Amino acid sequence: MSRIEQDHNRFKQIVRGKIKKNLRKYITRGELIGRQGKDLVSIPLPQIDLPRFVHDPKQAGGVGQGEGDVGAVIGVGEGEGDGHAGDAPGHHVLEVDVPLEELADILGEELELPAVRNKGRKNIVSAKERYTGIATSGPESLRHFKRTYKEALKRQIASGTYNAIDPLIVPIRKDKRYRSWKIHKQPECNAAIIYMMDVSGSMGEEQKEIVRIESFWIDTWLRSQYKGIEVRYIVHDAEAREVDQETFYHTRESGGTVISSAYKMCDRLIAREFPHDEWNLYLFHFSDGDNWSQGDTEECFTILRDRLLPMTNLFCYGQVESPYGTGQFLTDLNEKFPNDERLATSQIENKDAIYGSIKDFLGRGR
Amino acid sequence: MSLPSHLETLRREIRGYAREHGLDFFEVFFEILSYEKMNEIASYGGYPTRYPHWRFGMEYEHYQKSYAYGLHKIYEMVINNDPCTAYLLESNAVVDQKIVMAHVYGHSDFFKNNVWFSKTNRKMLDKMANNATRVRRFMERFGVETVENFIDLCLSIDALIDPHSQFIAREASPESAQDDDEFVHDVPRLRSRKDYMNDFINPPEFLEAQRARLDEQRQKQRSFPEEPVRDVLKFLIDYAPLEGWQSEVLAMIREEAYYFAPQGQTKIMNEGWASYWHSRIMTEKALTDAELIDYADHHSGTVAQHPGRLNPYKLGLELYRDIEDRWNKGRFGKEYDECDDSREKREWDKHFGQGRQKIFEVRRFHNDVTFIDTFLTAEFCEQHRLFAFAYNKKTDAYQISSREFDTIKQQLLFALTNHGQPFIFVTDANHGNRGELLIEHRHEGLDLKLDWARETLRNIQQIWSRPVHLLTIIEEKSTLLSFDGQDFSEQETSGDQAVA
Repeated sequence: MSRIEQDHNRFKQIVRGKIKKNLRKYITRGELIGRQGKDLVSIPLPQIDLPRFVHDPKQAGGVGQGEGDVGAVIGVGEGEGDGHAGDAPGHHVLEVDVPLEELADILGEELELPAVRNKGRKNIVSAKERYTGIATSGPESLRHFKRTYKEALKRQIASGTYNAIDPLIVPIRKDKRYRSWKIHKQPECNAAIIYMMDVSGSMGEEQKEIVRIESFWIDTWLRSQYKGIEVRYIVHDAEAREVDQETFYHTRESGGTVISSAYKMCDRLIAREFPHDEWNLYLFHFSDGDNWSQGDTEECFTILRDRLLPMTNLFCYGQVESPYGTGQFLTDLNEKFPNDERLATSQIENKDAIYGSIKDFLGRGR
Repeated sequence: MSLPSHLETLRREIRGYAREHGLDFFEVFFEILSYEKMNEIASYGGYPTRYPHWRFGMEYEHYQKSYAYGLHKIYEMVINNDPCTAYLLESNAVVDQKIVMAHVYGHSDFFKNNVWFSKTNRKMLDKMANNATRVRRFMERFGVETVENFIDLCLSIDALIDPHSQFIAREASPESAQDDDEFVHDVPRLRSRKDYMNDFINPPEFLEAQRARLDEQRQKQRSFPEEPVRDVLKFLIDYAPLEGWQSEVLAMIREEAYYFAPQGQTKIMNEGWASYWHSRIMTEKALTDAELIDYADHHSGTVAQHPGRLNPYKLGLELYRDIEDRWNKGRFGKEYDECDDSREKREWDKHFGQGRQKIFEVRRFHNDVTFIDTFLTAEFCEQHRLFAFAYNKKTDAYQISSREFDTIKQQLLFALTNHGQPFIFVTDANHGNRGELLIEHRHEGLDLKLDWARETLRNIQQIWSRPVHLLTIIEEKSTLLSFDGQDFSEQETSGDQAVA
């Protein structure tokens, strides 16, 4: 192993909390999703800053260059500017912007996720074009303006027809550059994700935030594996309801928890919309693990064993920690179905655990 | 690896141009690297062999990812050594390699001639490698984690050095200290030949004042250190109860901090100088017609302005050009400054022709602080649209606070002085007569970032092993932060600061 790999591994181990726990408090990690723009997601890279004597960034100003009147805003306060000359105020955390398309690849690489083996019923491969290259011919609608301009500029300077005072650039046929595509093959098959979430009184904002982030990443990954994906949402307390995405993440219910209600609804939904011999089915259930009664838990297991598990590619149960839940459901589930390939369970104590949990769920390549 | 022949030819050509222009550089060894190797060496700050530490791994991850996502790539890397070592990226276009070479000769000239670099170790490549070997040996003997944890502590305070100490003698020599001891018993009097004049020449009030002064001096001698010490690292090396290997590690970190200090002190000047020369060499000599567009594209990227940010390449480059122009035309001095006629001023040209000579002189004697202090003009600020910004609590945003020359200059100088870092001194190593360490922050209008200050204090305590205290000002109140190894405490004091 080269020296840089040793240092790199050591850094990764610190970030993952395996060694040197005393440094954990200095890690700035942010969430897995940073800012989310139109097609870009910015991912904060983990960073450890050793403490030093520095000035309070809120008091330090600086000098910049550019237009703007006195009072014009040049940066927002969140994050830590470090007040050096030449440093931008604001963002201290190192972020990289990544197109959503690439995000899944990165995720797959980071978590070493295996590609999904689909159930193999409709194994049609479809081709998809992606515009990543440049060519010298093509339709006008795909003309690459900057490249064309540069070529024309080069030619005019080289041939002496460029006039600096009146810099008129006229591209000719030879200058034109066009975007061109490459064909990427993608398996085409149907997949559906059904999310179920416990929204009983014990699930707070923080728990929902965890579910939101986790399902974003699961979506991103599965979308990269299947061409079209259908997503459905079910919330439940003592009763289950099918809802839209907005409601799923923001509803706040109260009351007891009857998990079987959600599983029954899920079963009906599959029967109605996603015949299991045509669809790759992914079911995710998030809860704090507190069920109404042991009897209901038994009923859940019966539904799982007889109905849901045989139909799905993967059934994932994620248990978020809440101050109220006993977390019994996870223990029971693991006891009931030990070593069942179709079932993945994961305990998510806090946001930091999301990473590991995604790997628990998707690491089997089902 | 030696350069492939086409690059070697280019190197000779560009080296020739640099010489013709009067650049006086350390010989430069160029090495050509793949981007993986480039990222690796960049993570080590340009030194192929460095001691093992996780932060280099962190740098590596950042470089790797930014490269992989196409955000950023390293074009140029050069290190202050004799001979100078510089790296070229294998995949770069030929025109880029030429720019980098020209740029690097500029840096090498700066390293060799700028006086702030004069005390740096020019065999640092070897020294770094030796340090690495020593650290590895300590790690084998005392455990990776033990040694690495100690390095973490040292890095947390590696800014607490005294960069000017290399140029002046701060500590009195031992002999003169002994001299002081002998005479202090008697109050010195002014000599008078006539006894009857004595009461007039040495009146009682005068003798009293002298006595008080001596008392104070004696008091000071009892305290230790006598004068506030800015080189906190050295103080800890000399007086903290460290094991042999710990002293060596701390001394090594300190050595590296001193080595890197001039690069921090001359960022604007150094990058400006290199950009000035790559621009002249390329546009006057080295460019072929076919390369012009790519050169312009690349160069404008280097000196691009980002909103709200100051690009040291751009600022330095423009200031050198401005100085050259002013000294060519004689736009300086009393006569010019006192000229009220704005039109006359604008067209001022006395054909002095001293521009070139002046910029070479500037690159020899100045650092960023004196550079900005001496050569930043109101006209320059106006022309380059400089502004000062500040944080606004109400809007939680950084906003442009001024376009006044004086404010901008003051703000910029403040940010450059001590590299924008707070001034910290050791003032008492026997605080409360209990062997506790008192360090003081010389408050210059900005409070410390408190959570970090506490954590740093914790690290110093681990080195000093007895309780440590930090005297600073928090929201206009003089405050003593303490850490005794277990708990933090904080109390307002009325105590005078020794370094105020």
